[in-house]
Amino acid sequence: MKKIALSLAAVLMMSGAALAETVKVGIASEPYPPFSSPDASGNWTGWEIDMIGAVCKAAELECEIVPVAWDGIIPALTAGQIDAIMASMSITEERMQTIDFSDKYYDTPTVVVGAKGDAFPATPEGLAGKIIGVQVSTVHEAYAQKHFAATAAEIKIYQTQDEANQDLIAGRIDATQADSIALDAFLATPEGAACCDSKGAVANDTDVLGLGVGVGLRKGEDALKAKFNAGIAKVIADGTYEAVSKPYFASSIYGG
Amino acid sequence: MNRAFWQPHRLVMAAVALALVAWCALTLRWDWLPDYLGLAPLGLWRTIWILLASVTLGMALAIPLGLAQAAGPWWLAWPARAFCTVIRGTPLLLQLWLLYYGLGSLFPQIPWIRHSELWPILRQAWPYALLALTLSFAGYEGEVMRGAFRGVAHGQLEAARAMGMPRLTLLRRIWLPQAVQRALPTLGGETVLQLKATPLVATITVVDIYAVASRVRQDTFITYEPLLLLAVVYMAITGLIVLLFRALERRIPSRAA
Repeated sequence: MKKIALSLAAVLMMSGAALAETVKVGIASEPYPPFSSPDASGNWTGWEIDMIGAVCKAAELECEIVPVAWDGIIPALTAGQIDAIMASMSITEERMQTIDFSDKYYDTPTVVVGAKGDAFPATPEGLAGKIIGVQVSTVHEAYAQKHFAATAAEIKIYQTQDEANQDLIAGRIDATQADSIALDAFLATPEGAACCDSKGAVANDTDVLGLGVGVGLRKGEDALKAKFNAGIAKVIADGTYEAVSKPYFASSIYGG
Repeated sequence: MNRAFWQPHRLVMAAVALALVAWCALTLRWDWLPDYLGLAPLGLWRTIWILLASVTLGMALAIPLGLAQAAGPWWLAWPARAFCTVIRGTPLLLQLWLLYYGLGSLFPQIPWIRHSELWPILRQAWPYALLALTLSFAGYEGEVMRGAFRGVAHGQLEAARAMGMPRLTLLRRIWLPQAVQRALPTLGGETVLQLKATPLVATITVVDIYAVASRVRQDTFITYEPLLLLAVVYMAITGLIVLLFRALERRIPSRAA
């Protein structure tokens, strides 16, 4: 048994060495506009897809985009199905126990959106007695559990932000909490504009909300990490970052 | 009884099962379990009550559906057959999502529903889960009951009619008991299938035992252990259903088959 395992490991290592130039970059297979979403013909487009191209080019890496279900994306990385995660994944202490991260490549505020007629601030007091919807395994779920669970009526967990948005339109939840850009995109749709508006940003908590979004990498792959860091630094320095962002966002999303 | 049960091959199988359990307990990660001791029983309870309620209500619908198809006039038989065909011909997941995302999101656009007393219930997910599972069970069992009603020997029904027995009494005393008895083994199997259909409700935010296991995986990135435990839980419930139906089959005396 051990021999088989050893020879398997040897084969895996050899194939790893042979394919060293192609980096499989995992993105979430659930649409997350405007960062990544499939168009009508199934091609992935969005800011993050463009940024993967730009960073890989700057880092002189050959990258292949591999969509993976969000809730299994970290196991896919640790199991070697993908080599990096660029799926708007925030850098957090909890994830750092399992995987490693590059430097951040964007950082946006977290906001709460609710029904139009319902005025309340994005604070634990404001959300008292309300049903809040969040996407599973996100920093927003962790934040809502930590800060809002005590006062809110219920924290509802969704597989995708789309489902939470849909239930907000349908009135099944009173509020949803997510990244400002994802929710701005929702509020820009006719349905979102008709039903809801932003209740403002939540108070920052870097323990939960993390240190921005970085490239998720397997632990110990420091060479790859250094390449990604160099690539990110380069696209910011040479203006590629701004050029890529311009069609998507009015202001820079790199954060302070 | 005891000696007959503990035959050598059964002893070996029990030993293998015990060894497997011991191996799982000792080598796999179970440190996440204490964190979910609050949520898991809630999820288990939801799975069980959704199963029990949907099977009971579905059966209550299936009997008239089967009767209508087996003996009803065409204006009852046709709609019943159409219902069973549509339900059996479409995926349960589709029915569930049509009810939850379709019907469920139409309701809030109607002001008097949104402001009615029923809204706190209608805005929750479980009514749609229960409705979809009930309709599905009714669709399949309506077809089973049609066959069961048809299968009861004609001579008995004719004899009862010749004795001047009223139609409702005939149904209650002769036709229905024999039809149910014929259908029981099938119904047991269908109830097990219904149990295994319940995890679909997790897709519309009902936190059943399956949703708890996914939550564990999503929170801790541990994949196999919660799924293994989930498999054991479903097998235990299946075992209970099988035992229950065996007891039911034994309680109803079958003389001639």
